[in-house]
Amino acid sequence: MTPTRKRRLIAVLLILAGVGVASTIAFYSLQENLLYFQSPSELAQQPIPPGRQFRLGGLVKPGSVERQGQSLTTHFVVTDGPEEVTVEYVGTLPDLFREGQGVIARGALDDSGRFAATEVLAKHDENYMPPEVADALEESGHLMTEGKGGG
Amino acid sequence: MNVETAKTNKPRKNAFVMFIHKMGSPPWFYNFTGKFIPWFWAIFIVLTVWGLYLGLVKAPADYLQGESFRILYIHVPAAWMSLLIYISMAIMAFIALVWRIRIVEILAMTSAPIGAAFTIVTLAAGSLWGRPTWGTYWVWDARLTSELVLLFIYLGIIGLYNAIDEPRKAARAACLLALVGAVNLPIIHYSVKWWNTLHQGSSISLMGGSSIDTSMLWPLLIMAVATKFYYGANLLTRARVKLLEQDIRKAWVREVLKEKNG
Repeated sequence: MTPTRKRRLIAVLLILAGVGVASTIAFYSLQENLLYFQSPSELAQQPIPPGRQFRLGGLVKPGSVERQGQSLTTHFVVTDGPEEVTVEYVGTLPDLFREGQGVIARGALDDSGRFAATEVLAKHDENYMPPEVADALEESGHLMTEGKGGG
Repeated sequence: MNVETAKTNKPRKNAFVMFIHKMGSPPWFYNFTGKFIPWFWAIFIVLTVWGLYLGLVKAPADYLQGESFRILYIHVPAAWMSLLIYISMAIMAFIALVWRIRIVEILAMTSAPIGAAFTIVTLAAGSLWGRPTWGTYWVWDARLTSELVLLFIYLGIIGLYNAIDEPRKAARAACLLALVGAVNLPIIHYSVKWWNTLHQGSSISLMGGSSIDTSMLWPLLIMAVATKFYYGANLLTRARVKLLEQDIRKAWVREVLKEKNG
């Protein structure tokens, strides 16, 4: 390698190292803010005061969905295993909203500790399979219990 | 040509080094790649038709998402290409900056528009899938935002390259930007692991099992190979045109044009 090329190589590597260090620092300082949602456990550890907007993510607890008669009001429980939060939502839910599936709700806690959601999104997991396979898995009890929608 | 004369005083180089040297010569590169391009296009078209047929017609519908999951056969290969082309461009940018090989500069720079196109396809297809699945076209989570940033970096590279008149200086400046922008790549890839995102984790990994059923996996892999041939064909076609443009006054281009016009 000629001296000129060596000099260029060193210059380019130095620039890359500088950018690498700068972005690592930025990355660590931004880490908290880049969380798109909080899980019920994170919420239990670091409570968010009522009225402050945030996103709550987790699985819809099976058997917890209650629709109120003719109105669009729905109640359900979001859980990540150890902790759970009750959510109240008025509006239409996405097609993939199911018990046992992941959801992300935006809103704020009210004074009674219930989460009043203004928007509910379904979080899809990374599993893709045909219905027959899903049925077979469900029969053998492997589906749903494995869902890791919270993370 | 000067490679041949310079060689006489030096020890013999092996065949691979000779090949690399030859590829650095514009007329050689032009003629050599010209033989492959039609094949690349042909393989791309055959694989795409086959992959899309399997994916859109033959593959079973998903147990939860139904038919809309088929958008994956466009979205995922495009997303892989948006990253892969960037990696390829960054490596070539590095070589171009240190060794100043003109053809490598051209290849790095002509990668940018192709990568940008794949990024747009990724974002658009993902957005169309997000509406029925998540209930929204767009959210500002880490995965979606970092992929959008990738598009802006691609556009920045294209813009910078075109903003400077002297092509070699332009390429050097834009190559540096391409290298710096590479920090975004690990962020995009690991965003679904490092942060809570609405976007799901990877269904397919090189190590260990994939969480996608085999019957749905094959069309995806075929599409992934097809898009690589598309990149190859498109990149070489663009690079050859760029070479002709830059060398318009050189003898070899005149010969090529004479041959073309008969």
